[in-house]
Amino acid sequence: MSVTVDTVCKVARLARIHIQEGEAERLTGELGQIMDWIDVLGRCDTSNVEPLAGITVDEMPMRRDEALMNNSRDDILANAPAQDEGYFVVPKVVE
Amino acid sequence: MREFDTIQQMSEALSRGDVTAVELAEAHLVHMEKAVGLNAFVDTNPEVTLAQAKASDERRAKQEGGRLEGIPLGIKDLFCTLGFSANSCSRILAGFRPNYESHVTGRLRAEGAVFLGKLNMDEFAMGSSNETSVHGPCINPWRAEGSEQNLVPGGSSGGSASAVAAGLCLGATGTDTGGSIRQPASLTGIVGIKPTYGRCSRWGIIAFASSLDQAGPMARHVADAALMLNVMAGHDPRDATSSTLPVPDFTAAAMGKDVKGMKIGIPKEFAGDNLGADIRKIWENGAQWLADQGAEIIEVGLPHTEYALAAYYIIAPAEASSNLARYDGVRYGRRAENPKDLEDLYARSRAEGFGDEVKRRILVGTHVLSSGYYDAYYNKAQSVRRLIRNDFTKAFSQVDLLLTPTSPNAAFPIGAELDPLDMYLNDVFTVSTNLAGLPAMSVPAALNAQNLPLGLQLIGPAFGEEKMITAGAALERAAKFHVRPTPWWMPEGDR
Repeated sequence: MSVTVDTVCKVARLARIHIQEGEAERLTGELGQIMDWIDVLGRCDTSNVEPLAGITVDEMPMRRDEALMNNSRDDILANAPAQDEGYFVVPKVVE
Repeated sequence: MREFDTIQQMSEALSRGDVTAVELAEAHLVHMEKAVGLNAFVDTNPEVTLAQAKASDERRAKQEGGRLEGIPLGIKDLFCTLGFSANSCSRILAGFRPNYESHVTGRLRAEGAVFLGKLNMDEFAMGSSNETSVHGPCINPWRAEGSEQNLVPGGSSGGSASAVAAGLCLGATGTDTGGSIRQPASLTGIVGIKPTYGRCSRWGIIAFASSLDQAGPMARHVADAALMLNVMAGHDPRDATSSTLPVPDFTAAAMGKDVKGMKIGIPKEFAGDNLGADIRKIWENGAQWLADQGAEIIEVGLPHTEYALAAYYIIAPAEASSNLARYDGVRYGRRAENPKDLEDLYARSRAEGFGDEVKRRILVGTHVLSSGYYDAYYNKAQSVRRLIRNDFTKAFSQVDLLLTPTSPNAAFPIGAELDPLDMYLNDVFTVSTNLAGLPAMSVPAALNAQNLPLGLQLIGPAFGEEKMITAGAALERAAKFHVRPTPWWMPEGDR
């Protein structure tokens, strides 16, 4: 299946990546090429094959449900692009 | 620092008192400064490095000290480590300084290693040439015979490979999601080990594709890589996928053991029509070297090999699109200026912060996970993943290890502008082991007709690193790959 400009715009919105005017056409070509190539998988018979999500040999371990205080607020906020009074600052969301 | 060829030699010189950790660190920093043209290191902090070295000398004076006491190492920019930035070579993490230590680098520190700085890589480890780095391409110390053209060191761990190959450090950390340790190791003539999934903790390593990512060592020699892996490996409760199995003595596996009686499988599907004659020859030589040392060579089948790359380029971008959703310009890294609203802040911070290849993969990943396509692509790829793993399980019921080429080609010129699919083909021999979670390593085998290094790959069963390392050391002994690149990158008086 080939990728359309509409698909690229929809996917870019889902991924929260702003695309410039004209960029969508280029991306449509590139993504189309990749998706067409991926279609080779259609030739592989996977009927009755359970998907494998990951490789883990051990059972998922359990741990105690304990509150840990590993990071101080100041340490975390030290990397914030904008902060005030111990909070991250973002543009107004609620009027 | 060219007088030391192995970590063991350096350790012995430190023990004898011939040299101190501070002297070693200072000499390495001077050497790195002179080799700045390779663009291998992207962040250094001499104050932190020298303080670590001084502390190491103090421990040694008190007869304390670990297995890497005083040894200077390079750290791939993907690892969070105190005292250095961790930007994943991406604009979106510009300015980020972690206030925590990755488990793997913490283990290296605990055994006395001294960190020289952060190493160049493809942005978020997405690439096979180190050209997608926001810091610009890293350069391979190797050049083709008679040529002055700069070549790529491979990727994504290109900075680690270039630094080790150029002798800027004897060892460096790398990470491998689809070949990012092994392919650059092959293209720069060094050793790289991707351990079994779960052998090393992923905690504190910036995530690309969580079901595939593994940290591993890159070094000039098998024994050095084995020693580093011994330190890096082990359970960490902060990574639920890190294994609780005991860590064997990999260093012992690298020394004084032989391959007599080992069964080595040659997967016939890797010998496609497109395989270059030089690669084919080196592969045949490798099999012969192991046979000469008493191994039995057996042809095996991995029938789903042709689907591995396509399955990988669904699964890895899908996981990446989820992992990279966290970069929103709010909590760390780069934020777009004057956003209209919160949505605009996210979308423009990400548009400005991510490079082209990362954007492509996020978009592919978002597409294959989106409603209506999930079954056709993501579930399909995961089913293929199971078939690939089953192929390996079957093969390892017949043989101990597999031998293949590491990369389909030697180093290529910087700026070759491969289209994305041609670039993805660099991973054709390496991705299946990530999909199956298996350990694999690249060992330098020979120079091709252009005088560029090529590696051979050994693949083991899950948690079968010991035999793999033993066979890697056997290949190393037979290959006698002692040649080093001419240091054209150094100032004339220092070559």
